[in-house]
Amino acid sequence: MLESYVPILILLGVTLANAVGMVVLSHLVSPFRPTPAKLEPYESGMTPLGDTRERFSVKFYMVAILFIVFDLETIFLLSWGVVMRSLGWQGFIAALIFIVVLTVGMIYEWKKGALEWE
Amino acid sequence: MHDMGALTGAPWLIAMLIKVLVVFFGTMVVVALLTLMERKVSAWMQDRLGPNRVGPGGLLQPAADGLKNILKEETYPAHASKLFFVLAPMLAIGPALITFAVIPFAAPLPTPWGLVDMIVADLPIGILYILAITSLGIYGIVMAGWASNNKYSFLGGLRAAAQMVSYEVSLGLSLIPIFFLAGNVTLTQIVWSQQQELGWWYAFPLGLSFLFFVISAFAETNRLPFDVAEAESELVTGYHTEYSSMKFSMFFIAEYSNMVTASALMATLFLGGWDIPFFTFDNMRVIAPGIVEGAEPAWWKTLLTFGAFGIKTLFFIFLFMWVRWTVPRFRYDQIMHLGWKVLLPSALAYVTFMAAAILTLDTLGVPFDFWYGLILTGVNLVPTVLFLVLIDRDRVIGGTAPAARRSGPLPQGITATRRPNADANVERENQEA
Amino acid sequence: MTDFPLTQLLWWVFASMAVGGGLGMVTRRNPVASLLFLVLTFFSLAAIYVLLGAHFIAAIQIIVYAGAIMVLFLFVIMLLNLGHDYQSDLRGGVWIVVGFVAAGTVGWFIWQSFGAPGAVLQRGGEQQIAASVEQMNAVGAIAYPLFRDYIVPFELVGILLLVAIIGAVLLAKRRV
Repeated sequence: MLESYVPILILLGVTLANAVGMVVLSHLVSPFRPTPAKLEPYESGMTPLGDTRERFSVKFYMVAILFIVFDLETIFLLSWGVVMRSLGWQGFIAALIFIVVLTVGMIYEWKKGALEWE
Repeated sequence: MHDMGALTGAPWLIAMLIKVLVVFFGTMVVVALLTLMERKVSAWMQDRLGPNRVGPGGLLQPAADGLKNILKEETYPAHASKLFFVLAPMLAIGPALITFAVIPFAAPLPTPWGLVDMIVADLPIGILYILAITSLGIYGIVMAGWASNNKYSFLGGLRAAAQMVSYEVSLGLSLIPIFFLAGNVTLTQIVWSQQQELGWWYAFPLGLSFLFFVISAFAETNRLPFDVAEAESELVTGYHTEYSSMKFSMFFIAEYSNMVTASALMATLFLGGWDIPFFTFDNMRVIAPGIVEGAEPAWWKTLLTFGAFGIKTLFFIFLFMWVRWTVPRFRYDQIMHLGWKVLLPSALAYVTFMAAAILTLDTLGVPFDFWYGLILTGVNLVPTVLFLVLIDRDRVIGGTAPAARRSGPLPQGITATRRPNADANVERENQEA
Repeated sequence: MTDFPLTQLLWWVFASMAVGGGLGMVTRRNPVASLLFLVLTFFSLAAIYVLLGAHFIAAIQIIVYAGAIMVLFLFVIMLLNLGHDYQSDLRGGVWIVVGFVAAGTVGWFIWQSFGAPGAVLQRGGEQQIAASVEQMNAVGAIAYPLFRDYIVPFELVGILLLVAIIGAVLLAKRRV
């Protein structure tokens, strides 16, 4: 069982070496002649105004937290999916209750407008 | 049952190293060729020639591009966080290049030293490995947007992250019906189930899953029509605006290798992987090291099945390009709407429906073979048609109402309908004239 | 441990990566650097789960913790504009108290795992895990007990997730 992970480790090593190698190689052979204008953030030729790292919309945060909840739901249903046929109707009802409970949550957030992206 | 002998010791190590290197460099070469293919396909669709100066038919263009990118000047924006700025492309390319490892790409190959299965790593968690690793791909993009200290980059990175997590849920949910039928998460078992156990490619009995998976995979790879992360009309090029030289190329390689993996995955999950349709000479699986169930392995079978796998994957890669040069970009609120309000509830409902359908078939005692798949394909048509009608909202399928108001019949080949008030405008213009 | 030859060596590699990531996470001034170290820790923990034969748990560890919860953390860091360096909160005496509590917890865990009578690592859990994975495949080893013997906890998890949804909506949409 564990041997099957060995190629993954080697592939990971090759990929990381390749990623580092690419950056280092291009750093060594490419020119670097900075000018003040070149180093400015690119804003289509305009002089940048204000700081980039301002606070942004809470909606992204909403998406992330809802994602966690539904990701967990997916994981649970996924493990049910593998054994669904051998468990039969009893497992189906257990999963159905689970789905219904979370659908209630989804209807709630939908009605509350948490899914709107104005 | 055929005992071909198990690989052990040094031959096992050498075979594994060869597979790792072939898959790694194979992906890199395919990615390079895809950049050319993309430009050729777009040129073909827009009635242009495309790159044709470097090498015969422009074949050496990717090499020229690669060389150019290495030699280009690097920029480090003054206010960027330099460490994260350099780390971000590595974080993007790392997950992109290691996901292909669990996809079986041909029938097992018999060698004098034992049987070599044509998969880099047949992990017991199979496709979950791909889900796990692709969920790490977000960091490269967000980190790039954040480290660049550029408003366009930052917005692009954020948008990409929110979009990727939104569609990851529907991606996961669309896989569940596959597990119903395959009974395991390893891709070798999923292929075996499609070629032998059920005998149907899952695209038929699980048609709606297939649709959900394709849509989610397009969103996950940030390809058009979901490429708001780099919408050039609003965000310059999004999260990699400040990147140049090889670091820019690395984001590009990551995007294209994600596309290759997604295409290979669609082929494996829904079109039978390396299975050759209508033939049984290729139906085999490895049940223990060196022991094969089903047909007897042979080198020409490995070659043929690899060809089948390549054709299917290429078809999906072409689909990616076809869609990119045909469909306009969605607005961001439309993307979020589609992900959370359409795909997520529909996928949940579909999972429940298919579970009930499969259990009903099992309760009725239908044997798990061709007829099972046929009945399931018929049953699956109900939610599929329902979904298409619902998502269409009277635009193409039921688009009779606005057309009836028009005076003459539509010219042949035009299926789009007008908005109701467009007709009123035309009438007003006629009166003014 | 299992008969795979490199298990011991790999365990030491990943264990030190996990501890190193944890230390890096606590000591970095920049919240984004802390976050990346925490991702490294989660990744190493997943590798250790694999070494123990808990393949499905390893996958969930990465999908849920590294792929979902850490993304939320990243959003929060950016949402609150914490992207630049900060002074450490832990100054003077607080360090000592926190250190003692942490050391005590770790010691208790080690005692429970190795020393205590009937400790987890003396029961030969790996053999059991390996046997059930062999029998029911990596996901089934978790899924069969979950959907047969632990249905009530499973449904309670559903309720917990419902509460999480409602809480998130209430917090984010307070003004609506």
